[in-house]
Amino acid sequence: MPKVGLFIPCYVDQLYPQVGLSTLRVLRGLGLDIEFPEEQTCCGQPMANSGCSEDARPLAEKFLRIFARYDHVVAPSGSCVSMVRNHYEQWLAGKPGFEHLRDNTFELCEYLVDVAKVTKVDGDFARKVGLHMSCHGLRELRMAKSSERMVAPFNKVKVLLEQLRGIQLVDLKRPDECCGFGGTFAVAEEAVSCLMGQDRIRDHEQAGAEVIAGFDMSCLMHLEGLLTRDKKPMQVLHVAQILEHARLS
Amino acid sequence: MKGHAESAAPFVANEPRAHWHDESLWFVRVKRDRQASTVPEWEDLRATASAIKAHTLSRLADYLEEFERNATANGIHVHWARDGAEHNAIVLRILKDHGVKRLVKSKSMLTEECHLNPYLEAHGIEVTDTDLGERIVQMRKEPPSHIVLPAIHLKKEDIGELFHIQLGTEKGASDPKYLTEAARGHLRERFLGAQAGLTGVNFAIASTGGVVVCTNEGNADMGTSLPPLHIACMGVEKIVPRPQDLAIFLRLLARSATGQPVTTYTSHFHGPLPGGEMHVVIVDNGRARILGEEAFRRSLSCIRCGACMNTCPVYRRSGGYSYGYTVPGPIGSILGPQRDPAAYGSLPFASSLCGSCTDVCPVKIDLHHELLAFRQELAKKGHVPWQKRFSMWVMGQVLARKWAFLLGGRLMRTLMPLLPRALVYGPWNPWGKQRELPPMPKESFRDLLKKEPK
Ligand code: SF4
Repeated sequence: MPKVGLFIPCYVDQLYPQVGLSTLRVLRGLGLDIEFPEEQTCCGQPMANSGCSEDARPLAEKFLRIFARYDHVVAPSGSCVSMVRNHYEQWLAGKPGFEHLRDNTFELCEYLVDVAKVTKVDGDFARKVGLHMSCHGLRELRMAKSSERMVAPFNKVKVLLEQLRGIQLVDLKRPDECCGFGGTFAVAEEAVSCLMGQDRIRDHEQAGAEVIAGFDMSCLMHLEGLLTRDKKPMQVLHVAQILEHARLS
Repeated sequence: MKGHAESAAPFVANEPRAHWHDESLWFVRVKRDRQASTVPEWEDLRATASAIKAHTLSRLADYLEEFERNATANGIHVHWARDGAEHNAIVLRILKDHGVKRLVKSKSMLTEECHLNPYLEAHGIEVTDTDLGERIVQMRKEPPSHIVLPAIHLKKEDIGELFHIQLGTEKGASDPKYLTEAARGHLRERFLGAQAGLTGVNFAIASTGGVVVCTNEGNADMGTSLPPLHIACMGVEKIVPRPQDLAIFLRLLARSATGQPVTTYTSHFHGPLPGGEMHVVIVDNGRARILGEEAFRRSLSCIRCGACMNTCPVYRRSGGYSYGYTVPGPIGSILGPQRDPAAYGSLPFASSLCGSCTDVCPVKIDLHHELLAFRQELAKKGHVPWQKRFSMWVMGQVLARKWAFLLGGRLMRTLMPLLPRALVYGPWNPWGKQRELPPMPKESFRDLLKKEPK
């Protein structure tokens, strides 16, 4: 059995502990040998995306030291996984174990579909759900066909969720427009960021969604912040929180 | 110079107008999707176009010289300009040699980049932009706000008002057809009175020595078939090796730009009019330097279709002028700071790095990766404000140490809920201006994990 390292992004660890637990339970439900290495902190993305790549380097090196020993690494975040898979090269190229780590670090849904080969999701979720396809998972990990590309449609999140009994996945006018989180962008470009987020929420509203589901808590944190401030009833949930109550096989 | 966020603020503050702008451009994006989806080999076309550009850029000097030889054999005068100033001087000299006082121009972002119009006007030449959108912004003494749709930031009422003042149309009239007719009449006079026509170049073909100009209004053709003198201005990157290669780009350009299968006019110029003269001015203006930089080289493949602007969620909500550079949007945010990192240093940060631009780009420029690479470049060169660099350094130091990270997290989670709201949500907290902070749970994941049955 492969040994799986659980990577819980820093802000999920501190701010959304339930999402971490749900992820763990989903993976344990599959009977996987899963471990959370306590030394982990952060993948370094905030520093790297601000241009301060030298401040991110030690975190990339640390990440490799911690996770190199696992067969697979899984995280409930498309963005942090993309950091490892697509951006660690600049610091870790040639280091022992790096290629293995890069090729074996997965976002949760991606892992369930591509590696664990989950085909059946048995459970209930009788809600109207709008799917938020966070950009890095969508366009950097290719978890689904982006609306710009003219290739055969696929969606590794949808194939899991749509099997739940009672779930209604609503149709958005703009299926994969960015919510405006963008890391430090959310603060540096506050005005544009919030308008983008409000527009996303309006799209989910017009589609009749009760829940916005996604695979990156960072985007959902931004949307939740706007929803709460505007006293809107819509709820945000990580996909792991929805899948936790289902049986996957 | 103001940064992007600051320049964008007033545009965003007018929410109905920002939404109108967003919807107008999204409409173009949707048209593009529809057209692109009718071409089964779309992704292959993109890959081929990207490969042709990469190949051409790797042998740029050879192809340019081949073009010069063949163009000269066609009777075209070829000029080389190192920068905008040289380009402007060459154009002026040609015009002076022919005693030209009135010039008509079709769309050319290159001449915008070189600030040709004010230069010629200062030398007593009347310059008329003949693309309708460009004429509109020219009348308003504004630069274009979009490279394909120069007046996209204006509503038809704004244009009605402008034409009322400038062309004497009825006050309050905003019917697009009526206004277009008025502009046509006005432009026809300018065409008939012009002594020379200047065009941009969409593609220059090395093996044939000709240039190709794509327009929807036929204004390039009018401007070059009436007066005997035609000047075409191009950046060095406009070259394609052969006509076969051109075919690939023509299938991509209009579909990506406006969602049309092809532009209404695709005009090939392979020599002067009988008895006339044709000049091509080839301009470097910093392009050779970009070519030398591996991380940014691919930005030279740009065919200026504007698709990355139409798709950009930031551009759509902040408008072309918020970028402050000739070319706005994602590609402009790479080209601008190439030219002047101090002046345009905020542009690579005016992006959520969503990557929509990269996926829409017909020549597959990895735009959002170049934006990210540019952030690093700017930080290295000291163009990122020290406060930001300092806070990132602190954050890096904390996150590199587990104990510091856990302590920081615990302090945040315990103290934050105890603080008075006015303190947490003061003006120093841009996150909290329109958003609530996330809930501060008592326990972290690690804490909960200890209680989780194995
Ligand atoms: S970068 Fe690509 S999408 Fe943007 S204008 Fe250039 S060719 Fe078009």
